[in-house]
Amino acid sequence: MTEAPNAFEMRGIVKRFPGVLANDRVDFACQVGEVHALLGENGAGKSTLMNILAGMYRPDVGEILVKNQRVSFHSPQDAIAHGIGMIHQHFMLVPSHTVAENMVLGLNQPRFLLNLSHIEEQVRALGEQYGLVVNPRAKIWELSVGEQQRVEVLKMLFRGAKVLIMDEPTAVLTPQEVETLFLTLRDMIKQGHSIVFISHKLDEVVSIADRVTVLRYGRVTAANVPAQGTTKSQLARLMVGREVLFLVEKEKIEPGEIILTTDRLCAYNDRGLPALRDVSLQIRAGEILAIAGVAGNGQRELAEVLTGLRSATSGSAHFEKTPLDNHTNWLEIGQHLAHIPEDRAAVGSVPSLSIAENLILKRFKRPPIAKGWSINKAAVRQNATRLVQEYNIATPTVETPARMLSGGNLQKVILARETSEKPKLLIADQPTRGLDVGAIESIHRLLMEHRNRGAAILLISEELDEIFSLADRIAVMYEGQIVGEMPAEGADIHQIGLMMAGVKAEA
Amino acid sequence: MNLLSRRIRIEARLDNPGWIGVVSSILGIVLALIVGGFVLRAAGANDPIGTYQEIFKEGFGTPADWQAGITALLANTDCPKGSLCFGPLSDTLVKASPILLTALACIIAFRMKLWNIGADGQMFMGAWAATGVAVFLLPPTTDRPVMLAAMALAGILAGLLYGAIPGFLKARLNINEIITTLMLNYIAYKWMEYFVVVGPWSIGDFESTGKFPAAASWPRLTELSDRIPVLSGLTVHPGIFLGIVAAILLAWILYRSRWGYEIRVIGNNPKAARYAGISLRRNIILVMGLSGALAGLAGMNEVAALRELNGRFQRGFGFTGVIIAWLARLNPLAAILVAFLFGGLIVGTQLIQPQGIASMLQGVILFVVVGTELLFHYRVRVEKIEQVTAAPEASP
Repeated sequence: MTEAPNAFEMRGIVKRFPGVLANDRVDFACQVGEVHALLGENGAGKSTLMNILAGMYRPDVGEILVKNQRVSFHSPQDAIAHGIGMIHQHFMLVPSHTVAENMVLGLNQPRFLLNLSHIEEQVRALGEQYGLVVNPRAKIWELSVGEQQRVEVLKMLFRGAKVLIMDEPTAVLTPQEVETLFLTLRDMIKQGHSIVFISHKLDEVVSIADRVTVLRYGRVTAANVPAQGTTKSQLARLMVGREVLFLVEKEKIEPGEIILTTDRLCAYNDRGLPALRDVSLQIRAGEILAIAGVAGNGQRELAEVLTGLRSATSGSAHFEKTPLDNHTNWLEIGQHLAHIPEDRAAVGSVPSLSIAENLILKRFKRPPIAKGWSINKAAVRQNATRLVQEYNIATPTVETPARMLSGGNLQKVILARETSEKPKLLIADQPTRGLDVGAIESIHRLLMEHRNRGAAILLISEELDEIFSLADRIAVMYEGQIVGEMPAEGADIHQIGLMMAGVKAEA
Repeated sequence: MNLLSRRIRIEARLDNPGWIGVVSSILGIVLALIVGGFVLRAAGANDPIGTYQEIFKEGFGTPADWQAGITALLANTDCPKGSLCFGPLSDTLVKASPILLTALACIIAFRMKLWNIGADGQMFMGAWAATGVAVFLLPPTTDRPVMLAAMALAGILAGLLYGAIPGFLKARLNINEIITTLMLNYIAYKWMEYFVVVGPWSIGDFESTGKFPAAASWPRLTELSDRIPVLSGLTVHPGIFLGIVAAILLAWILYRSRWGYEIRVIGNNPKAARYAGISLRRNIILVMGLSGALAGLAGMNEVAALRELNGRFQRGFGFTGVIIAWLARLNPLAAILVAFLFGGLIVGTQLIQPQGIASMLQGVILFVVVGTELLFHYRVRVEKIEQVTAAPEASP
């Protein structure tokens, strides 16, 4: 095997943030014409390292070499001038502008007159060269998420990027879109580009990457491992530092009574547009119904209607025999209905209040926490101490403000609060989003425990792996409608992917 | 080319230890005094430090004064000639009691991120209602405790209603409370002016309701001076206890009660509050009502101390309340101390010319304290960096 020259090399990178050493003497290099995956848990320092390479941050110590020349980047412009461009998880596009207009955004040229048709021509040519088909005159908001990502890639190619850093590019895509993206990436490396692929999805890493470098706690734990011949569990061990179980054991149990029923439920979203259209579902005790779908297809609105945060415009929902509407006594039902919201920091917790105070958010109106008009401080502390231990929440004290916790630990606080009273119905909206494999594993096990003890669970997820390993039944949601429902056993991942993209299931 | 240089970095603090709040408040006051010193100089004071000493002496007295007072108290004699004894402290407490109440009014609202800057207007309405009860509703022969309690109740109710108006508008129609409370201040000023200056309540051309019946005024320490001569001339009244009790009650509500928990959750994350089933609308109206009630009580307290309502009823207590609330970092108990210090500042600067100095110093203090807020969230670090070669020109 011939050694290809390095597209870039980072040597001894150290980056310190207050309280954390994000990168500790990291060496990282990528060859010309390879996909190099950068793997690691959340907070392992992947994004920091790549932000340094892309000129967003400057390293405290260490050097960057491009084509064996030492360089120093003061801004992303410097990086792109050396052919290094980064595509962030959240796209940096102007929605009301066209594709071509977005291409020239932030460029020094043209200085005065903007010849858009010339740029459109260039975009079209680039698109053909790399198989990135997109209409240069389309406005960004008209495009699907997958197309927007193509625009981001084109933008970097337009600027002459030879090295493309992609931060979790598949997080927002359907399985089909992921396949298309991978085809493009393979095309690009054939034409001499290099790609750094940041991810914590092991399947994807194994399938797309040539080599893998693993970061843990800011240090490289494995460098330049060939992806071929490496298994998922080997990578997971390198990433987490221990064995990880991927499959949760799914006991066969007979579902019990119907806990949740919705009948042709409709609701609007925040912008007043229809978000739910005639959603009819049923969940029984001891059953996990998973809603598969790309984010923004009405899943959040469904969870909100069922938990009283949004009112339905028509249709009905029942919890056992109780209708879930504006007249419901939510305080009474609340004990039996748990909700793990999509956004744990912005909705699920109160950042400046202590962990102990966050743990009573749903039960401060009831004894033993409530004592007349006052709050029983001793009961609050007792409750917190017990839950911190039971749910393995890593925190210095129960008085620590919630905002100091990591994502995984914060999610444990929310889970502890929501599930410790053994709810009959659990609505989990993206419960593992953004968490690392270790945390995901424990959350999956917890959900399964509650199913086994007889809770009805509505699991909303974009991760098909998660859905397949947990669900008893799968319903696919597209533009506010249930476009298909099937038992998880024997379900075809390809077909679900098509339904997520709006192709109706054949009857 | 390698060269070693230093750069100053401002970093986010991960922890906010309790001492930082105290340090930044004190630092704020010290810095404000320094800045104020320059302004005093510019205003013609040749010796700013001397001026500050004078302000302190006027506001709090000197240790010698206090000693003389204690000696006279123990010996049951008059305050010796040339000594101020407890005079300055008494005046300061009189000033501190209304501003403590308006500060508490601001604290409870600010805790929920409701920017009530209408405590001034709510205080005016409280003063107006208390006066109505004292002069026009109850006979002058009413017992003093009954009369004062009725006045307090009237003041609280008037402030509550006047505060609940912007609360209601905010809760129902999402109208910005900053604008409504500010505008309602001017309505309250004019309302009062109508009654006292031109309208039905003024006696002749005096722009005043005339002296309140004795029962409608706070008892003062000086009333005991025939038995304890050193108390002669001290105007301090029980109003300050009203403020202290209110502060303790408010601290209990905030930190120990279910309602206070709701207020803190809403103030910190309204979305989480909704998620937890806490009613935002109800709490907005309730908290604005309580805020107004506290300001209204400040109004009652002030008229009962002045013993009349006239056209010169002072504006601005509500705004001083904003400053104190912020200096006390929205802690009701800390507000007691800060209000006392501010009372001293107001009394101490009364004799200084030009008269604007006191409010100017207050303004400077708030400005600097808000500036030192930076210390709360960030820290400044000087670090060595290794500079690598300069970046080449970017050219696409």
